[in-house]
Amino acid sequence: MTFGEIKDFIAAQFGAEVIVSEHTDNLQPYLVLQSERLAEVCLELHDNEATYFDFLSSVTGIDNGPEAGTMEVVYNLYSIPYNHHLMLKVIVPRNSTPAEPIPAIPTVSHIWRTADWQEREIFDLVGILFNDHPDMRRILCAADWEGHPLRKDYKLQDYYHGIKVPYDNHNEYSGFRGEPVKLTSHEDPFTDKREKPEA
Amino acid sequence: MNIPQDKTGEGGVIITKLDDLLNWARLTSLFPMGFGLACCAIEMMGAYASGYDLDRFGIIPRASPRQSDVMIVAGTVTFKMADRVRRLYEQMPEPRYVISMGSCSNCGGPYWEHGYHVVKGVDRIIPVDVYVPGCPPRPEALIGGFLRLQEIIRQETIREPRAVQQIMARRMGNMEAKKEETGVANKELAADDQAGPEMNDTQLPTS
Repeated sequence: MTFGEIKDFIAAQFGAEVIVSEHTDNLQPYLVLQSERLAEVCLELHDNEATYFDFLSSVTGIDNGPEAGTMEVVYNLYSIPYNHHLMLKVIVPRNSTPAEPIPAIPTVSHIWRTADWQEREIFDLVGILFNDHPDMRRILCAADWEGHPLRKDYKLQDYYHGIKVPYDNHNEYSGFRGEPVKLTSHEDPFTDKREKPEA
Repeated sequence: MNIPQDKTGEGGVIITKLDDLLNWARLTSLFPMGFGLACCAIEMMGAYASGYDLDRFGIIPRASPRQSDVMIVAGTVTFKMADRVRRLYEQMPEPRYVISMGSCSNCGGPYWEHGYHVVKGVDRIIPVDVYVPGCPPRPEALIGGFLRLQEIIRQETIREPRAVQQIMARRMGNMEAKKEETGVANKELAADDQAGPEMNDTQLPTS
């Protein structure tokens, strides 16, 4: 199936309004879907014998930054028997302060098990919540870490469990301070006891 | 049969200082904790293995912190691992030593600026005796670090254990710093910059 055929297939199954936009000028064309209807479209693409996208190559979370005010999740689907690809994308508004709730989109982990940990990684590093995910926890950072490190406006916390986090002239202030003062020891621990020729 | 007893030392007497005996025993049987974090650990394993054979220095990895003398922090210490490293260090019995192996555990290495997950130097968690530079250091460099550690151990004495020495050294450093301060004040050379941050050592009594 070509990209256009897959697009027509989705539009026929779910109505044309499910496809927000399509981009075909790139090397790898993609469809932008309505985020709330992502899971049902993906399930149909997975189950239907005409498409049969049985493999989710990757899930990627992107933060476009506070100026753009959006975040994206990109799904790269692959059908092993038909050898055809499809890139899907959902775009959600971004929360600008930590007090606001983080953006949420439906999970696809019940369709492809590989999405389970990838969605956890996106939640951990970029900060997008996946609704109905079976185990929405951090996966890489420590459980009590603050913030989502791959956000464009991420600021390091000052201390974690009493350990200073930023570098801050580490070598000048907190690193190696020179050899310790020796109070009681012999001067030369490796005295050369071999006989030497007279000078 | 005439056995040359002066060569075997059998039945002979060796006179030495207790310090030297203890230090010799400690520095020739350094048991590091079997513990590695990243690619430096591969080099560490190479140093243990037959090619470099750390066993000839009496260095054999032990599987438990309770039975080990030295901790080689070989690799990137993440914040997730930091609590574990600290706990393992606390579980080791005295006298205990730490070798920081590689740039990551020395100062954060390539993650020093943008690595949000890396502790910028394992000396922010535990005291380090020997820093081995390199990324990763070759086994020779690790062996060099061990020789340096042996040198440190060779200079210890039971009359003044290392913990006491460190406290004394800190006090001496404080006294010198105070002298400098007063000297500067007398000459009225109020330096407006280069005032480092308060160090923890200043909390110690300086009598």
